[in-house]
Amino acid sequence: MVPQDYGFFIDPQRCIGCRSCVGACAECGTHRGRSMIHLDEIDRYNSPQTVPTVCMHCEDPICAQVCPSDAIKRSEDGVVHAAQKPRCIGCQNCELSCPFGVPIVFSGLEQMLKCDLCYDRTSVGHKPMCATVCPSQALLFVRKDEVAGMRKNKPLRDFLIGAVRVKTKNAIMVPDPETPLHLDAALLIDDSMFPSGGL
Amino acid sequence: MSVLPLSQDQLRAQFGPHLNLAPPGGWLSDPTPDKIVETHCCFCGQQCGIKLKVKDNKVIGFDPWEAFPFNQGKLCPKGVKRYLQGNHPDRLTRAMKRTEHGFEPMDWNEAMDRTAAEIQRIQAAHGKDAFAVLSGVSLTNEKSYLAGKFARLGLQTKNLDYNGRLCMVSAGAGNKKAFGVDRAANSWADIELADVIWVAGSNVAECSPITTDYIWRARDRGALLIVVDPRITPLARTADLVLPLKPGTDSALTNGILHLLHRWNLIDWDFVNEHTSGFEQTLEAVKDCTPEWTSRITGLPVDAIEKAARMWGEARTSFLLHARGIEHQTKGVDNVLGCINMVLATGRIGRPGCGYATITGQGNGQGGREHGHKCDQLPGNRDISNPEHRKYICSVWGCTDEELPGVGQSAQEIMNAIHAGEIKGLLLLCFNPLVSLPDTQFTREALSKLEFFVCLDFFLSESAQHADIVLPSALHEEDEGTSTSAEGRVIKINKAVDCPGDARPDWQIMVELAHRLGRGKYFDHFQKPEDIFNELRVASKGGTADYAGISYAKIEQQMGVFWPCPTDDHPGTPRLFEGGRFFHPDGKARFNPTPYRPPAEVVDDEFPIWLTTGRVVFHYLSGTQTRRIGFLVEQCPHPYLEIHPRLAERYGLQEGDAVEITSRRGAMVLPARVVKSIRPDTVFIPYHWAGALSANRLTGRHLDPVSKIPEFKVSAVRLRKTTKDQFSPELAELQRMAFEARSNQTDMPEQVF
Repeated sequence: MVPQDYGFFIDPQRCIGCRSCVGACAECGTHRGRSMIHLDEIDRYNSPQTVPTVCMHCEDPICAQVCPSDAIKRSEDGVVHAAQKPRCIGCQNCELSCPFGVPIVFSGLEQMLKCDLCYDRTSVGHKPMCATVCPSQALLFVRKDEVAGMRKNKPLRDFLIGAVRVKTKNAIMVPDPETPLHLDAALLIDDSMFPSGGL
Repeated sequence: MSVLPLSQDQLRAQFGPHLNLAPPGGWLSDPTPDKIVETHCCFCGQQCGIKLKVKDNKVIGFDPWEAFPFNQGKLCPKGVKRYLQGNHPDRLTRAMKRTEHGFEPMDWNEAMDRTAAEIQRIQAAHGKDAFAVLSGVSLTNEKSYLAGKFARLGLQTKNLDYNGRLCMVSAGAGNKKAFGVDRAANSWADIELADVIWVAGSNVAECSPITTDYIWRARDRGALLIVVDPRITPLARTADLVLPLKPGTDSALTNGILHLLHRWNLIDWDFVNEHTSGFEQTLEAVKDCTPEWTSRITGLPVDAIEKAARMWGEARTSFLLHARGIEHQTKGVDNVLGCINMVLATGRIGRPGCGYATITGQGNGQGGREHGHKCDQLPGNRDISNPEHRKYICSVWGCTDEELPGVGQSAQEIMNAIHAGEIKGLLLLCFNPLVSLPDTQFTREALSKLEFFVCLDFFLSESAQHADIVLPSALHEEDEGTSTSAEGRVIKINKAVDCPGDARPDWQIMVELAHRLGRGKYFDHFQKPEDIFNELRVASKGGTADYAGISYAKIEQQMGVFWPCPTDDHPGTPRLFEGGRFFHPDGKARFNPTPYRPPAEVVDDEFPIWLTTGRVVFHYLSGTQTRRIGFLVEQCPHPYLEIHPRLAERYGLQEGDAVEITSRRGAMVLPARVVKSIRPDTVFIPYHWAGALSANRLTGRHLDPVSKIPEFKVSAVRLRKTTKDQFSPELAELQRMAFEARSNQTDMPEQVF
């Protein structure tokens, strides 16, 4: 069992885009070279922002709802598991329907794989591999009641995506809207240096 | 003549870089290790703890070492994939000689005999100093110490220097001037306690990723973050204040801040009066550095400068961090001193939450610069021109003063002397100057002029390709020893596997070579790394970098020991300068005036754009190791030109377009990466690659007069849009390799889950 009072608190504000999580996920003895984590540059032209995506472990997972072969199970501890090999038909319904874009049907394998919260680690008292290595701790895995004392950003577990309400075990950390954000160096330098027509 | 025996394509086919994509035996092999070795990452000065999984004398993977206090299991992608440098198809396992047909394996003894004979021939014909040693600080303390002793007593040459000359020397020189000692003033634990953190010229997120979390933990408590950098780096994006100053203007900013601290009386006068000297002269030097003047030089708005001074001046506790951005300049030492002036003026040092540090870059950048690895230095950070210091080291080494050479030339100066024909022979270890020194074409010319060039390395680096003899040395995980992290924490590197083939640790090669040169009496007693460490302890005793009380056992017990640690019962010193006691004889810190001077090269009509260079998170230094690891190459296969849309528009450039960048030294063609996160008058290229893709084709050999560091961070270039068929074949090859790495991850054969 993964302890129920623990969870991910994913804080994109801290993410540095180093892909340590992606690399470490692939090193797991059961993943064997395949990473279940997505790390995206959002819009590099406009911002250095990067965002890690691990499975949010929905209370009523859409991936499981749309699975025609009932291959995706959620265990009592709230963990949504990778598709069961004997059942999965590789149809990619889960991949297409997940509001967070988590599941991957690997070519050649024809089976959906996804983050299972490092069942092997979390069930014996370790943090998931990505949360262990994450240099900035954008991927924070702690007891739920510890977060308020550790972070200023607020956890969000209740999402309205299109018309669908999604409640999740894991949380996205949301910053104060007043948080400063510096994206364009041209706006931070002395404008008179670059008269119109110049740079 | 050390010219290449084969074409680049032929050399690449034989020696790589090829990519290691999977652990030994592939992803489907049994991942259960025979043993787990607690050691450290080899890629950067943070020296994160890591556990290596070993099976059948091969490193098959890693586990986070959560008990190690510095990183508590955290690792950047280089650490996660570091194990893939082992069991690598490019690994050198035999001694080799260069022939007209390429490199051919040779008998170890024959290689050593020939090397010794060539050294003796050159030194007999041209003098002892005509043979030089260039070394590196990815080596352990033991090997760094030995390199210094080997050059001075084994080869009897004064011309030894190291690649820390391209890294921390400006910080080291500044720290010695101001504090009388060269070490981070605090352990990183004090970062978390600071109320304001000032980061100058450091892309913390990419170059020292684990430090990111220390800064965030302070910010979680409400600390303010100020970042000074021409680029909005990942950490700067959310900082409280970002100052993207013009490259090469850092000391103008620190002077301007000090001017305002004084104007607004945000000075800790008690501290200044009691614990420092030189403040009056330093204030005099900044009296005209008004915000308007500072703005004119740095290109920053007046209100941002004032806001920075206010935030810094009013803080209760603070930590100032800087790195190569301010240090890689012809006024690198001044920039460092300017930062220290800000720290001293506010008296915020030597207390909990009050600190200062350079973020040392290279693996053993700290320890490797302390024990006689530099051209002007003896162990314990002693001065080779100081008679007392020489006397003590002569007594430890059992040599006479006449036997101990004096001050030699620094790394770039050694390359200049090779180019000028004054130095005829070179022993190179752990250093890839064809990538890491400025002005690549000049370095290539120099290497081709050597009469004899021997290189110790585990892969055939681009520089090693020019060697006459190549001796295979040990990877980090194939030997034990100590290193000293950016914090000043001496840690233990543990051996995980044996060297393959004829390869052996660099220290054994140096000892064996010294023996063949008839100098065995100074070296033959070194049977294992700990023997060298125990001599280092004695040699450092009484110096500022005092390791006398540090032992292998104590390091393991305490998870590292902070020097100075003068006696066996001393616990080590995580925080320096407590009670305002500095290392100068009078116990006081020194203010140093840093009157502004422009970079050696400034933009003009012909070369109108500033160029700055640096690292990415996926690669380490000259890339000799990381350009061979599949995952890292997949993430960042080749360099690119970062350019602001306003500047890109002027040249009609869009994302991915080919752009030719030309400086007074050379030219290269790279894809444009159009981003708003860089100043519009500045472009950036990461430097980890060789040949046509080496950013150092463009940089100049201008040196700081004190530290002799090259000005990697400031050059003047011009840009021209060109066509994609002008991309070098190397770029296409790297893109192909990245594709191969990606395919390997997603298209693997079916396996059981």
